[in-house]
Amino acid sequence: MAVSVIRPLHVRRPEKERQRRVSQHPAIELVGIDKSFGTVHANKNINLKVEKGTIHGIIGENGAGKSTLMSILYGFYQADRGEIRIDGKPLTIRDSQAAIAAGIGMVHQHFMLVENFTVLENIMLGAEGGQLLAKGVAGARKELKRLETDYGLDVDPDAVIEDLPVGKQQRVEILKALYRSADILILDEPTGVLTPAEADHLFKVLKVLRDQGKTVILITHKLREIMAITDDVSVMRRGEMVATRKTAETTVEELAELMVGRRVLLRVEKGEPRPGKVLMSVKNLTVKDSRGVTMVDDVSFEVREGEIVGIAGVAGNGQSELLEAIAGIRKPASGEILLDGQPIAGADPARLRALGLAHIPEDRHHMGLVLKFEEYENAVLGYHRDPRYGKGGLLDLKAIRAEAAEKIEKYDIRPPNPRLKTANFSGGNQQKIVVAREIERDPKALIIGQPTRGVDIGAIEFIHRRIVEMRDAGKAILVVSVELDEIRSLSDRILVMFAGKVVGEKTAEAGEQTLGLMMAGIAA
Amino acid sequence: MDYFDILVSILGSTIRLSIPLLFTALAGLFSERAGIFDIGLEGKMLAAAFASACLAYVTGNPWLGLLGGIAVSIIFSLIHGFASITNRGNQIVSGVALNFVAAGLTIVLGQAWFSQGGRTPQLAGDARFSPITLPGVDLMRDVPYLGPLYVNVISGNNILTYLAFAAVPLSWWVLFRTRFGLRLRAVGENPGAVDTAGISVTFLRYRAVIVAGFLCGFSGAYLSIAQSAAFIKDMSAGKGYIALAALIFAKWKPVPVMFACLLFGFLDAFANFMQGKAVPGIGEVPVQIFQALPYVLTCILLAGFIGIAHPPKAGGVPYTKER
Repeated sequence: MAVSVIRPLHVRRPEKERQRRVSQHPAIELVGIDKSFGTVHANKNINLKVEKGTIHGIIGENGAGKSTLMSILYGFYQADRGEIRIDGKPLTIRDSQAAIAAGIGMVHQHFMLVENFTVLENIMLGAEGGQLLAKGVAGARKELKRLETDYGLDVDPDAVIEDLPVGKQQRVEILKALYRSADILILDEPTGVLTPAEADHLFKVLKVLRDQGKTVILITHKLREIMAITDDVSVMRRGEMVATRKTAETTVEELAELMVGRRVLLRVEKGEPRPGKVLMSVKNLTVKDSRGVTMVDDVSFEVREGEIVGIAGVAGNGQSELLEAIAGIRKPASGEILLDGQPIAGADPARLRALGLAHIPEDRHHMGLVLKFEEYENAVLGYHRDPRYGKGGLLDLKAIRAEAAEKIEKYDIRPPNPRLKTANFSGGNQQKIVVAREIERDPKALIIGQPTRGVDIGAIEFIHRRIVEMRDAGKAILVVSVELDEIRSLSDRILVMFAGKVVGEKTAEAGEQTLGLMMAGIAA
Repeated sequence: MDYFDILVSILGSTIRLSIPLLFTALAGLFSERAGIFDIGLEGKMLAAAFASACLAYVTGNPWLGLLGGIAVSIIFSLIHGFASITNRGNQIVSGVALNFVAAGLTIVLGQAWFSQGGRTPQLAGDARFSPITLPGVDLMRDVPYLGPLYVNVISGNNILTYLAFAAVPLSWWVLFRTRFGLRLRAVGENPGAVDTAGISVTFLRYRAVIVAGFLCGFSGAYLSIAQSAAFIKDMSAGKGYIALAALIFAKWKPVPVMFACLLFGFLDAFANFMQGKAVPGIGEVPVQIFQALPYVLTCILLAGFIGIAHPPKAGGVPYTKER
């Protein structure tokens, strides 16, 4: 093993820091970066300058090449062409170790933490300060203490990662970078897993870091975050860097247009709801998870024809179990679920489909699709017993493929090829496959988990429009999403779930802060 | 024989039968903690036993035999590593293949070289590891209870036995008190964390499987040049799998691994003792029932009766950088 070049910083390096402030080079300069994976041209001739002591946003849809670019900067990949300059000096970053040595730290979207290790062990990993752990521990504790007082990042060093809430886990990731004396911090979609309050706290931390002279790069696809916190913003589209703006001099609309390449509707356009009779009602429903822990606790609500009811809440507060119970995937412990007057609690999904309940699951990869199947196979999954698709145990492939091709056309699924393996579609198009399958059966009621998770803006607009059309056609719709913006723009009524209970109901006009507090269990 | 003598005799043979399990389970511990499943422990043990017996026979020196066993076992580990780390192959398939290679090759080579039906020639006394008499045996001999235990169970084992027990705290210390151990445990849980910390996942995992090969070398040598005086075909007889079961039973922790191996060793010793003896109240029970006990226990343990055993999270999964 090569001896680690990372020096755990137990003492500050005041001289070096002063020098850095004096030099006027950009913190990072990328010149003509180019990278292909086989036939996919992920980064095309990227030029980017990130000034010192700023928060620089990089925005773009999924697959625009943001993550690839940052992986190149962090030494995960080598660029095919181009130059990286750190503080004005050209640098070859062969691996993460070189990136760390150059003062670059990265907070990954999926945390790179060892879950059964303590905070301290995670922070020391790779910068242990010697062959024996005992030697480094005291120094690491001291340094953690200093980081805590300097940046307000407090975490118990002896806590085990898996016992910490996500917000704290992320803090450990940031501490890991700072511990390795990073001057440049890259955050990849950092708010995806956070509550609004946690996200606000993260932004405060980032501002403190900036004010202390660190450079922050924030990768996101959320325009709101860009406007809220960045100083500069660069937009990527299909592997190209299409624009860089001062955040103060741009607008959400302009950025959205730059991202997608055409004008997009950011708000969901919908008329007044015309609710009819109660179609779905949930009464005193209690659901336990596989360990026997109560996840949904005595929940009651109704959904009428022609309305969209949204359930807001931080992930893990029982929404998933509620959806699963209604969809017939999880047997409720007690309580009633009625669909059009019929009790359906405990019925299996096939029967529910026959009764007119369609389900777009939260996680298309685990529940909505079989990724190794071709598109047309997924297009009938769950409805394969329908006599239209074949008789006596044999499938009528011709009919199935013809129908799949129709849906592909109607939903603008790209590439328009029913014989393509589903894994090869982008997230947005995969979601459209599921949406098309469920909506085109013309169900009476539709339950949707995370309608647009990991879906690009263009597809979000499309899917939202479909959902509103379903509502206007008089369907009862229940939407669960952890994206508060999505809940607020789609729903006619909003229920907030916290710790397994519905803690309140609001109209769509309710402010973000009100809902945010309810989601955190603070207000009702 | 009174009951105490029986107990002492069973305990003595428990120790002898546990040692190969202990070395092998510790080998598996290092490999699996690093995220590389190793079903090829059995094959490594067998190949090492053969190599040790050959070298000890040729040189007349058990230490050279041990070295030969270690070398061959490490070569097997490196092949497993090349298949499963470098080429990201299926770790189970690679391990099973190596087991077959070892089973076949030892017989073929043994027959070709020595023409004794796959056996190696009987070793002379000083070409194998002989029992060591610990100091104070004569003094202890007449102490009631403790005396016979000391003389027959603790003393009178060969050097590899003592090394095996020393390897337990040493393994614990390496895994939980050194930088190598921290990184090794991390790479078995989340190789991404190791990679992004600037540490080579590949090199780290190779070192883990080499440690596994090293330890399996000891267990092989123990079989052929300490416990016996020759290599006999298939002499590992499933001990590699039992060691794996012990590893799972012990939830991948060094000290519990030792106790699990002792338990399996005890069952084995008990089965040997019960041969041809009548069970009070039942009469003579076919010896196969007792011989089956370790395997029955393995099934029960693996079926989850010990509570859920959480293997290292990244175990069995080749590491690929994601885009």
